Amino acid sequence: MTKATDGETIQFDNVGLRYGADREVLSDVSFTLFPGSFYFLTGASGAGKTSLLKLLYLAQRPSRGMIRMFGTDAITMPRERLPGLRRRLGVVFQDFRLVPHLSAFDNVALPLRVAGAAENDLLKPVADMLEWVKLGERMHALPAQLSGGEQQRVAIARAVIGRPELLIADEPTGNVDPEMAIKLLRLFEALNRMGTTVVVATHDVHLLKKVPDSLIMRLDKGRLSDPTGALRYPPRPSGGFGARN
Amino acid sequence: MTTELPSSASNTLMQRWRAFSRGTGPELMSQRRLAGPMPWVIAIMVALTVIAAAGGFALSNTASNATEALSGGVTVQVVEANPVERDRQAKAAARVLQATPGVVGVVIVSQDDVERLIEPWLGARAIVDQIPVPALIDVRMRAQVDGEVLGGLRRIVRNVAPAARVDAQSTWLKPVFGAINSLQWLAFALVALLSLALAAAVLLAVRTALGANRETIEIVHLLGGTDSQIAWVFQRAIGFDAAGGGAAGLALGLVVVMFLGQQFGGMEAGLVSSGALDWLDWVLLALVPIIGVLLAVFTARLTVIRALRKML
Repeated sequence: MTKATDGETIQFDNVGLRYGADREVLSDVSFTLFPGSFYFLTGASGAGKTSLLKLLYLAQRPSRGMIRMFGTDAITMPRERLPGLRRRLGVVFQDFRLVPHLSAFDNVALPLRVAGAAENDLLKPVADMLEWVKLGERMHALPAQLSGGEQQRVAIARAVIGRPELLIADEPTGNVDPEMAIKLLRLFEALNRMGTTVVVATHDVHLLKKVPDSLIMRLDKGRLSDPTGALRYPPRPSGGFGARN
Repeated sequence: MTTELPSSASNTLMQRWRAFSRGTGPELMSQRRLAGPMPWVIAIMVALTVIAAAGGFALSNTASNATEALSGGVTVQVVEANPVERDRQAKAAARVLQATPGVVGVVIVSQDDVERLIEPWLGARAIVDQIPVPALIDVRMRAQVDGEVLGGLRRIVRNVAPAARVDAQSTWLKPVFGAINSLQWLAFALVALLSLALAAAVLLAVRTALGANRETIEIVHLLGGTDSQIAWVFQRAIGFDAAGGGAAGLALGLVVVMFLGQQFGGMEAGLVSSGALDWLDWVLLALVPIIGVLLAVFTARLTVIRALRKML
């Protein structure tokens, strides 16, 4: 069992996941993510990236193993306490998952409304956030009226509006041009500098080089490898991250 | 695009959920998918419930008023073919009854009234004259008439009027009361069935809406939305539908009840017109849509919460 460390954001220990009676899509996955780290999760299609992210953003329970999030056992935690944990996460879904009948503004405002923000308190932050992703002019548009890239930016704005402690992004640059991809990465880096742990799943190897201090977790057929020492323990002093043997 | 975050976004993050409950934000679920024909279904259910409940109350009042009126009533019939002897025995019976303790009123029903009573069955006076009609005495007792009291009266009356028959008025109407009671229970059973049907209609509508909005619900869940927050959205939508439908249903039901009340009141038949609704009945009828709204909202909440518990 991995030694629990103070200040850890996420800890996976021998986690396995299978859907129904099929073989495991994730096997013996163990790692620890620390606050302020920037991780890329890579791997070929079907390697299990999305499944691992689903476990991270609490859309799925593992078949075996242990997951701790923000110091709490996420496996045995009562279902009623999961929303509190989810509000500390920001998620950019691969398919955006915008609410189709809500405008760009209302989609971005959704996490704040769910968390109880008063209407007056969310107008400016949401408008600023939409300006920030260059969608200030399109804030009243429905998702169906937006291009793929615009929808992706709305999804990203929604994920970061609540200043999450952990930002999880599944192929966040898949539908945007290279220039916008760089801008989005800068945004993630800015969040990371402010203390947010960032996990970006991508199969774009060029993207990995754009964030020099990032660490790489690679999934291969459901098993995790550690090419940059991201999962090594004790944490590297310079990076402020750590993991296990 | 800069790389500095807007500063005030998370200031209110951990406050309790308020915006949705106040209804100031946008509708989380597509209301078109949620509402459908629900207000009309609820309107029909409420109208039928109001009518059934009004029927139950009217029957209850009828039974209650009739029981009260007849519980101390005794009828003495002097069945004697000879009109002179019949008249003599009737007067003698009336005299002894007036002197009997517990008797508060004795009225010999006039020949005209008797003939008017039997005219619907036996026809015009010409025929009535050819048939010996019993003399009738209406007796009012202070207390309810039971077998012992009736036996005592029979003994007293037969001493002076051997042709007399003494019966409690409630005995004659016992089968009628039985039928009224059955109808009353039927009306209240209908109210219960309509309530169940309303709950079932809401359950089906909510399940359909849950299916149609499943993706949105999953997104809200993943953003940290609680079961109660999501259930509230459905409760609110169903509540508004139920309130609108309930008001329309109440109006329709009351129109029907008042129309039927006028029709029955116009019959001027004692037993029927005694079923008029009192103020408490009207208050209870006005509560039907409110209870309908509460039932619909409760059913919606229960359905949504149970469905959401199957999700992580």
